[in-house]
Amino acid sequence: MADVRPLLRAELLPPKSSARRHLISIADLTREDVERLLALSRTFARSLERDVKKLPTLRGRTVVNLFFESSTRTSSSFELAAKRLSADVMSIKSSGSAVDKGESLKDTLLTIGAYDPDVIVIRHAHIGAPNLAARFSPAHVVNAGDGKHQHPTQALLDLYTLDEELGGIEGLHVAIVGDVLHSRVARSNIQALVLMGARVTLVGPPPLIPRGIDAMGCEVSHDIRDIAAADVVYVLRMQRERMLEGANYVPSLREYTARWGVTPERLRPGQKVMHPGPMNRGVEIDAAVADSPESLVERQVRSGLVVRMAVLYDLLTQGPVEIKVAEIEEVA
Amino acid sequence: MPMLFGKNGRRDSLVFEDIRVVDPTRGIDEALTVTVEQGVIASVEPASAPANGKVLAPAFVDPHVHLRTPGREDEEDLASGTRAAAAGGYCAILAMPNTDPVVDSASVLGALTEAAAREAEIPVGFLAAITKGQGGAELTEMVELAERGAAGFTDDGRPVVAPGLIRRALQYSAAAGRPVAVHCEEPTLSHGGHVHEGLVSAELGFGGYPSVAESVMVARDLALAGYEERPLHLLHLSAHESVEELRRARAAGIPATAEVTPHHLCLTDDAVRSLDPNVKMNPPLRASEDRAALIDALLDGTVEAIATDHAPHAREEKEVPFEEAPFGVTGLETAFSALYTQLVEPGVVPLATLLERMSAGPARIYGLDVPTIQVGAEANLVMLDLDAVWHVDEGSFRSKSANSWLLGSKLHGRVVQTVAAGKVVYAA
Repeated sequence: MADVRPLLRAELLPPKSSARRHLISIADLTREDVERLLALSRTFARSLERDVKKLPTLRGRTVVNLFFESSTRTSSSFELAAKRLSADVMSIKSSGSAVDKGESLKDTLLTIGAYDPDVIVIRHAHIGAPNLAARFSPAHVVNAGDGKHQHPTQALLDLYTLDEELGGIEGLHVAIVGDVLHSRVARSNIQALVLMGARVTLVGPPPLIPRGIDAMGCEVSHDIRDIAAADVVYVLRMQRERMLEGANYVPSLREYTARWGVTPERLRPGQKVMHPGPMNRGVEIDAAVADSPESLVERQVRSGLVVRMAVLYDLLTQGPVEIKVAEIEEVA
Repeated sequence: MPMLFGKNGRRDSLVFEDIRVVDPTRGIDEALTVTVEQGVIASVEPASAPANGKVLAPAFVDPHVHLRTPGREDEEDLASGTRAAAAGGYCAILAMPNTDPVVDSASVLGALTEAAAREAEIPVGFLAAITKGQGGAELTEMVELAERGAAGFTDDGRPVVAPGLIRRALQYSAAAGRPVAVHCEEPTLSHGGHVHEGLVSAELGFGGYPSVAESVMVARDLALAGYEERPLHLLHLSAHESVEELRRARAAGIPATAEVTPHHLCLTDDAVRSLDPNVKMNPPLRASEDRAALIDALLDGTVEAIATDHAPHAREEKEVPFEEAPFGVTGLETAFSALYTQLVEPGVVPLATLLERMSAGPARIYGLDVPTIQVGAEANLVMLDLDAVWHVDEGSFRSKSANSWLLGSKLHGRVVQTVAAGKVVYAA
């Protein structure tokens, strides 16, 4: 009879990297981190031009997508990104899961953690959910959107798109138009663009531009004509629930569209237009703008795949991405 | 009817030999020997040797504690809350009425005072609600509640929104002879906000809870208190605008008082960047100019009381994303050390001022006996080791809950002994 050595549990686990790193906020990244991620994205873009698009890089790794909020493009692109890198992917949505039965996020994380995932990609309606995931799971955590806080991979894919289309980000002038107050995309993009040396102007109705946001290093305007000075106009999604009667952020959808809608007449020739999707055509963006050759919307979606491949690869291999915890200790 | 309720315990006899005594009520800071006989201070004599490194002071009074009883005894009960208070150096605390059921009737209050007589390690008083069920519509039976021992009236946790109703409460409370205490928050301005509206909320994406949401209610309630000439106590002030309103009102002779919490004195909204649910409270941590204004107000006596707003929460309630977490942090067992570390040691606030605002200040607001170190007074004493250094962790607490904003911190100065109503209730 052959000598069968009992398998040790440690040998079944994938090799652990020394420090657990996460991507929760653009605020945690340095310029070098972003440059490294963009370079990696370019590498993966080239790999996708080949006939066989799958790379063996993350074979044996497990990526869990935990989506507690509806999402089409983000969840599908994370899933495909992980698959292109040969990782095992598990996607869990809140509906149809134990969350429906009242399970807490902590317990869901502990349950998932029992499978020893390498990466947890989490989207949640509430600010701070990825931080909780980092606390209660052994995995690297990627924030795929937490409430109105952050959506860092969106900002990275937007940087990548700009870099590819306009040949660089430093010195670009980007106007971000619309509901900044409720937009995690806006916040992540302001930080990312400022970090990379772009000039950012926010344009929108006063109640939808948060007080004090200029401290993030951007300019603020309430006049749509100011988008004309920008190289790129980044249109934010106008969420219909913000327009409900009585919310009073703006008096009506009609007034919003008339004053702040991005229409062909308000754009200069050659100005690029971006939108994180899903678009409300005829509300924040005119259909003619959305479909124009200057629109980078489809390009953004394409970029999402390679950028998310880069993020997964980077977290599992290198780089100083850590959550910053404000320490109370030893003040004064 | 007394206003404080607790176990009738033994009366201890003690000697504090050659100790630095700091008693702001008497303007004392010198080496003395204090003896207590049968729970009463029997002698205060000059020391025979240099002081031994500890400080003896009048014990603390906390005018704002959530004991969660009745209803959430899993988070805190009378025994655990008063044990925590004893460990924090307190000889008396006042409990807030936002329990389940709300303390809005003589029967609920009576059950509490009877339970306190059986279970409370230190004397505890109870505020009753201003409105039934804290529903903001109908006044409670304030006169009966006062006769049954209510120390005052408050709907703490929520504001009294209707100006006509808070006016009636101020008027009617005169018949009860007890003060009204208000949680100042204009709900259409705080608007479901979780974090102070400012640079941090803009960057993190939180709906802002602006400082004016507090100060417009402060201004309104001060105007009504002035008009009715009734005492008004402002709970947990957080905003510099509120301090300015209060300062103006007091200069105009309006009989208003106010309290501030250790966390608002020590932290700013910058701490929220950690997204740790243990820095989420109502009112929220505010900007550094607000913190500075609160410290100034504490120093000049505009704000005369430090209140912990001790708000225990079950572990599972705080182990959630920041945005889902309930407001509130614990504070009884860390208040002195936190303030000593952050304000006294760096030289911002004199020790005597801190001790006054933690003891005599709050006692006077509600008409409680002011703890003092003189012959004939009941022994209500706290002994402090200013050289002690300790780490706060989940095992540090006698409270049933550990939702402290100081978890992981290293603090200087520690309570080593507490005497409440003549009895040693805590010894390290």
